[in-house]
Amino acid sequence: MLGYIDKIREIGERLFTDGKVDVVIGFAKGSMPMMNEPMMARSSGDLQKMVWDGNCGINLANYLTNRKEKIGIVAKGCDSRNIVTHIIENKIKRDQLYIIGVPCKGMIDRRAISKAVPGEVTEVIETRDSIRVKGRDFDETFDRGDVLQKNCAVCLHRNPVIYDELVADPVVEQTGIDRYEDVRKIDSLSTEEKWRFFDDLLSPCVRCYACRNACPLCYCPTCFVDESKPQWVGKGIDDIDIKTFHFLRAYHCAGRCTDCGSCERSCPVGINMRVLTKKLEMDCKDLFDWEAGLTLDKRPPLDTYRPDDPNNFIK
Amino acid sequence: MTDARHAVRKTGRHQAKANRQLLYKRVESMKVVKIDKKKWDQGLAALKGVYRIFSPVKMKDAFEFKALEENENPDLGGLNTRLSAKGLIYPQTEAMFTYTLDESREDHHIMSPVETDYSPRAVIGLRPCDADAFLLVQRNFDTPQYKDPYWIDAYEATTIVGLACENPCSTCFCTSAGSGPFNETGLDVLMVETKDGYILKSVTPKGESLIAASGWNDEISPEEAQKQIEPLKTAAEQKISSVVETDQLKNKDAMTIYNAPFWDDVAFACINCGTCTFVCPTCWCFDIQDETHKTEGVRMRNWDSCMFPLFTLHGSGHNPRGEKVQRVRQRFMHKLKYYVDKYNDGIQCVGCGRCVRACPVNIDIRKVCSLMNQPENATCAAQS
Ligand code: SF4
Ligand code: SF4
Ligand code: SF4
Ligand code: SF4
Repeated sequence: MLGYIDKIREIGERLFTDGKVDVVIGFAKGSMPMMNEPMMARSSGDLQKMVWDGNCGINLANYLTNRKEKIGIVAKGCDSRNIVTHIIENKIKRDQLYIIGVPCKGMIDRRAISKAVPGEVTEVIETRDSIRVKGRDFDETFDRGDVLQKNCAVCLHRNPVIYDELVADPVVEQTGIDRYEDVRKIDSLSTEEKWRFFDDLLSPCVRCYACRNACPLCYCPTCFVDESKPQWVGKGIDDIDIKTFHFLRAYHCAGRCTDCGSCERSCPVGINMRVLTKKLEMDCKDLFDWEAGLTLDKRPPLDTYRPDDPNNFIK
Repeated sequence: MTDARHAVRKTGRHQAKANRQLLYKRVESMKVVKIDKKKWDQGLAALKGVYRIFSPVKMKDAFEFKALEENENPDLGGLNTRLSAKGLIYPQTEAMFTYTLDESREDHHIMSPVETDYSPRAVIGLRPCDADAFLLVQRNFDTPQYKDPYWIDAYEATTIVGLACENPCSTCFCTSAGSGPFNETGLDVLMVETKDGYILKSVTPKGESLIAASGWNDEISPEEAQKQIEPLKTAAEQKISSVVETDQLKNKDAMTIYNAPFWDDVAFACINCGTCTFVCPTCWCFDIQDETHKTEGVRMRNWDSCMFPLFTLHGSGHNPRGEKVQRVRQRFMHKLKYYVDKYNDGIQCVGCGRCVRACPVNIDIRKVCSLMNQPENATCAAQS
């Protein structure tokens, strides 16, 4: 995966030279260990600033919403699935895009690494299979597989599902993965236990909405939490208001969420709100045999209506 | 929920004012005491009888400020707290008034002030950058013209015991932002960890009173204290690896910076989450909301952020900062140019590095500050 960048730059340069795109969206090297910054190259010179490594966890489909230019975009498996959803939902047109597909081996969980070492991480050296982490008084090496973002560890679509060109041969998809172990564990709790679990899960939330804003699905011009006429939700840090935001947002993402993990990655206080979206993802799988963003030919189950729907409740 | 964000409590305001008078008694000389770990616990217990104590405590996977319970001790060993100490004086959500719409009640539609507990509090173990930030924020809440009673009452009730920062993060740049790891500005007591305990140096009469109340009385001479503190201070300052140039901000024309070519690149990645402003000890903007349940209501204020589109949305539907790039520019222009020009006392930032660490897309104020400091050198090089 570390060798991808040369190919990304080569493709980008060709696209600029051939006048196929106006801009290319990718990642620039971050100013801190384990952080990269989404960037937009406007000319081939800018491509030199691009990087590709295990710190490109932000979902770039989020930067496509309603853009008018012709865009080259670097896309991992999950980004590509959100691009599909964006196209279906008319947030971008397929023919505006040149998708530079990146077969992905998973992104690094910066919080897990920070937690596992006895001080501030000041340097990270990534190789194909390992992550070496250095700080003032430590120098430790982890297996890459042990420090992947939680969503990457259970990802079933590492290869882009839609692309114009791949930067490398497809990677082998993971098999034998149980995606929903965590959700079933919560499902099995009693009502009171669930409530306590959610209390604890969401108690540090500061309502910055980084989770929502990092999400490519959350493009509403005015989100229900920002609405004032009528005002659906209070604006303070009342815990019921906080829960209302999280539960409703999860429902709005049902059948659309690809579990890219941008929400959890972005949260300044490290909340795993993915358990909420994953529950709805699991239900969509069970009820409709649906996985989001795999095809341009079908609409997500929650935005279709069929008179011959097998479920009675809808008739 | 951390207590810092829930400082709304209902008890006697007047008693609190009387208590505070006691704390303000002028004291002659500034004391320095030495304490070992055993005396630390005793003193802390004594202080708990006089003050409500707020300290960093490890919660889940980060340190946050919290009111200490009876048997709880501060966790002073960790990195800086994830959220700043701002919320201890200026909570994220603060009730100001209550009201009723029930017309059968005589006081219907009349705002009544909320009784908040302003009895003496002490914050033990905050970093000098956060203490300096209170003074910065004071410029907004306590002016000759306008007095914000909530902020002022809370600030005056608070005695600040700052822990000198011996292990700064790589993202800290306090020495470039007018503060420093051993800075005493804004502190009532400076606390320095030594091999066998702490040295506590009172800086103000409030600090003096706190030391008196603690029973820590193993006094050492100011000269002796200085001898012990100085090398630690130098060592800490040398560990600060981030240096940010701010020297040209004042001279440069505001419109030159405003119209510089780098803003689109700076703003591209931003998702306008406002995290940078929520974690920042010096961001002070708020929004006022009325929340009514059936007939009973609360008027409250909540932290707001210039990064939110709603912040500037007019009733007419017009939004003068309707584009992301305008909002991002506003945050940096306010902190690094408008504030500099208005108060002539440096930048509106103490260099705590929290926004750098918390931004989900790695927008780094140190980089933006360098661009603004030399706007003529900037091409579209925001990401270089
Ligand atoms: S939470 Fe719902 S209303 Fe808000 S932006 Fe997301 S999809 Fe839209
Ligand atoms: S990003 Fe985290 S803190 Fe912010 S609203 Fe979402 S869950 Fe809450
Ligand atoms: S934290 Fe970063 S992404 Fe969020 S508003 Fe601030 S600069 Fe933008
Ligand atoms: S702007 Fe950033 S570095 Fe400066 S005081 Fe605020 S959070 Fe700290």
